[in-house]
Amino acid sequence: MSDLFSKSAHELMSLLRQGKTSSVEITQSVLDRIKEVEPDVRAFVSLDEEAALESARRADSLLASGASSPLTGIPIAIKDNMCFKGRRTTCGSKILENFKPPYNATVVEKLEREGMVILGSANMDEFAMGSSTETSHWGPTRNPWGLDLTPGGSSGGSAASVAACETTVSLGSDTGGSIRLPASYCGVSGMKPTYGSVSRFGLVAYASSLDQIGPFARDVNDIALLLNLICGHDPMDSTSAPVNHPDFTAFLNTSVGGMTIGAPSQFLEKIENRDVENVLADAKRVFEDLGVKFIELSLPHLDYGIAAYYVIAPCEASSNLARYDGVKYGFRAPDVEGMIDMYCKSRAAGFGQEVKRRIMLGTYALSSGYYDAYYLKAAKIRTLITEDFKKAFESCDAILCPTAPAPAFRIGEKIDDPMQMYLTDVFTIPVNMAGLPGISIPGGLSSEGLPIGIQLIASHFKESKLIQLSSAFQNCAKRHLARPSLKVN
Amino acid sequence: MKITPEQVDYVAVLGRLHLTQEEKAKYLSQLDDILKYMDTLAEVDTENVPPMASPVELFNPLRDDVVKPSLPIEAALSNAPSIEGTSFKVPKIID
Amino acid sequence: MEYEAVIGLEIHAQLLTDSKAFCSCSTRFGAQPNMNTCPICQGMPGTLPVFNRKALEFTIKMALACNCRINEFSRFARKNYYYPDLPKNYQISQYELPISEHGWVMVETESGQRKIGITRIHMEEDAGKLVHDEFKPVSYVDLNRTGVPLIEIVSEPDMRSPEEAASYLKTLHSVLVYLRICDGNMEEGSFRCDANVSLRPVGTTALGTKTELKNMNSFRNVQRGLQYEIERHTDVLRDGGRIVQETRLFDPVTGSTVSMRSKEQAHDYRYFPDPDLLPLHVPEEWVDQIRQTLPELPAEKKERFISEFGIPSYDAGVLTASRELAEYFEEVVKSFNNPKSVSNWIMTEFMRALKADEKSFSQIFVKPSQLASLLQMIEEGKISGKIAKTVFDDMWATGEDPAKIVQEKGLMQVSDTSELENIILQILKDNPNEVSKYLSGKTQVMGFFVGQAMKASKGKANPGMLNKLLAEQLSKLSQG
Repeated sequence: MSDLFSKSAHELMSLLRQGKTSSVEITQSVLDRIKEVEPDVRAFVSLDEEAALESARRADSLLASGASSPLTGIPIAIKDNMCFKGRRTTCGSKILENFKPPYNATVVEKLEREGMVILGSANMDEFAMGSSTETSHWGPTRNPWGLDLTPGGSSGGSAASVAACETTVSLGSDTGGSIRLPASYCGVSGMKPTYGSVSRFGLVAYASSLDQIGPFARDVNDIALLLNLICGHDPMDSTSAPVNHPDFTAFLNTSVGGMTIGAPSQFLEKIENRDVENVLADAKRVFEDLGVKFIELSLPHLDYGIAAYYVIAPCEASSNLARYDGVKYGFRAPDVEGMIDMYCKSRAAGFGQEVKRRIMLGTYALSSGYYDAYYLKAAKIRTLITEDFKKAFESCDAILCPTAPAPAFRIGEKIDDPMQMYLTDVFTIPVNMAGLPGISIPGGLSSEGLPIGIQLIASHFKESKLIQLSSAFQNCAKRHLARPSLKVN
Repeated sequence: MKITPEQVDYVAVLGRLHLTQEEKAKYLSQLDDILKYMDTLAEVDTENVPPMASPVELFNPLRDDVVKPSLPIEAALSNAPSIEGTSFKVPKIID
Repeated sequence: MEYEAVIGLEIHAQLLTDSKAFCSCSTRFGAQPNMNTCPICQGMPGTLPVFNRKALEFTIKMALACNCRINEFSRFARKNYYYPDLPKNYQISQYELPISEHGWVMVETESGQRKIGITRIHMEEDAGKLVHDEFKPVSYVDLNRTGVPLIEIVSEPDMRSPEEAASYLKTLHSVLVYLRICDGNMEEGSFRCDANVSLRPVGTTALGTKTELKNMNSFRNVQRGLQYEIERHTDVLRDGGRIVQETRLFDPVTGSTVSMRSKEQAHDYRYFPDPDLLPLHVPEEWVDQIRQTLPELPAEKKERFISEFGIPSYDAGVLTASRELAEYFEEVVKSFNNPKSVSNWIMTEFMRALKADEKSFSQIFVKPSQLASLLQMIEEGKISGKIAKTVFDDMWATGEDPAKIVQEKGLMQVSDTSELENIILQILKDNPNEVSKYLSGKTQVMGFFVGQAMKASKGKANPGMLNKLLAEQLSKLSQG
């Protein structure tokens, strides 16, 4: 079969179980596809073909022996911030350019135990700080829908590789929209689960109270399959939730009639882009046809989400990134005079502009005399935002809104205007602030033929409702079937 | 709030970042923009609102006091930029 | 002007857990640097802390022993500063909402007991070690100690003299060791002390500018350092100068303190709640459970020893300074119910031997029951007090029963009248001059005869009996 690379995980799973293909064949098909399109897309930081084929061979013997798990033998890409034992894990940064962790992230351990074929690590904004994958030390990833466009970020490599069929599925991480925004820009599905659903152990931290790992796929069925694998309590992560997650695939292809979706006025007011407005209106019609009831909502503190986020995330980051000092691992600047000089020069040369900007911002906001006005104030507003959502979910099953204010923007367009870049995450950030699950699924195309995602948000640990609604929408509207051109627009 | 060039210098020292004059000027104006935007936070009445440090509304789990093997020494030092024996080697602190 | 010193202490104590505070590495250090490290205590990317229950229990024990209020809800915070022995370049500590606050301890001072307030006791992780090369401009980082659980005990500025500070320090030290939550070793740094000191005119209440003293690694040095610093402050103030708020290092060689100048600007630790750890919840019931497990503490034990055993306050203080010593004493008394005699022996022979060998209690051969047997033999006149000391030395070295040593070495006191009489007659016969002196009235030569007889009996002669028989024989001669 020549088109194995473009098939979804659930399709491949049944082909594997019917003995119609092998993991080696699938992996080879994906690797061939990577050879073909990767020079244009540049989604990967590290690729190890031999290791991938070796994993595929092991998967095939598991499948043959009947000891396989659901996703055994399926190719996957991981974001370059997930520690992969003995393999280069750079977090898109020069400061970790040669770092090979002597441990696996808990999610990587799970993928390996499942017998999935890890192809390599996907490009990202340096330390996940960015909305375009342009701040990577390894250069920008391009959007398969238009090679002069960004794929969004920070998990741009994870989203672009799935959109370009360079992998079947992938994992990303989402701190303020870093899964959902690139999913929207690249026309794929991406979910940020509830904070605490997926272990953060081994996920290189950006902002610890906001970071969460989640899946990318070309359809919601695959999202559900991946959630089944990656969700779960981890004693190595003190913030991991000791909850029993359901079988998410049980919520696929079920009726949504009688469910209620809220549409917050504060989100609707912010939509300026005509295409985004149309896609959202269209989605609303689809849901209504499916028997979903819409109600209006108010989330009064939503407007402060970005400001509060850009205090809290940089504060945590300034502390999380202090460890990159050239002592135990990572880049060390040559020609230094004494310890402090070594710190300052290693960090100056090892970090890129955006990372340094956020370290400066966070350090300032935590420094003596400013803590109350910034960190403490933002942490209190975070409480108010969370309470707004909790109240909203008393009267609805999910909230519907755009994922991003507009379709993908051009590479270089916002790189020198941090404030404009930050505003890209206006619809996604509040979800992280409250620790809620959110999913972006393809909602349709813009007048220029670019994908536009719609976002569904649910209450804590109600990923199942997102799967249920997304699956119904996908089955009815089939917007997820559109494929990119892989050309310059 | 307005950030001053002295504060940029101070913050760069606290964050251990060696910045060029050019970078300092750029960060000064960019941080100023961002902080102006942050000033909207002051509009919100947060009297009696508890701060939220994490979305998890649970208490900290505790681990039993059980020793597990440490890293083999080769692995413990495998990413080190400079070692001497089994110690990490660093330049001396100059006062 | 007369000044009064105002002293507060910050004590760091390493907790005796098996594993580190936030990872499962051992707290017993290997021979080589960095042997006891893992991705977590090395602060590698993506690693996360999970807290040790035992460390929390130990902290609660200390807090209860110091009459602190245990906060039902507390938090870990990050203290941000760069130093090569701190791999994450932040220390997990507690800031707002520590585990315990508002305690006190009673401390013995020259002017009687004083209550010293404890502001807070909080938990944190220890840093590693930095060794400077003597010849090259490089340092070596060893992270074995990184992440060992510590408690920090912060006192109120309630102490007024170096002696009081030392007494407070000793009190807390003995409580920690009593609770078996810290080994208390100051030289090796498992019990450390920094001091804040300032002066103010006697009769005033406002605090003067303080300096912080570091690097005092013995009780004596804490006293010396504070003494020096108080004199320095006094000199500066008397000369009309001003004290600079700074950190100063004590130099044990010169006995002076020197300013620690640092390139780092004013400390700006940027504390904030650690987002990798959730709030700690310590319910009342758990605190009560832990309270049940508290042993009798030194102060209570001392009072009990005085009332129960009728020993002097001084003896009770010495015996209860160490929990092991106190327990040993009680065991001996169980088998030999003469507390003062036991106390005398323990405070002299026993502690001398203990000190000379630098042994810990677990390494001691002499069982309390054996020491009791020895004392019993003295009381029954089977051996003399002097012989008992040599028997004790043998017991200390070998762990043998005293009866066996006495028998094998033939040290049993000679109380046999005929044997003693033979010795006496021989001595009187061998020393006619002294006998003449005695008979002419110089009775002080009696001591000479006793000494000779003791010597002849190899020290085993029962002294009472010897005296009696000598007197009898000499009176026979004077009459005859």
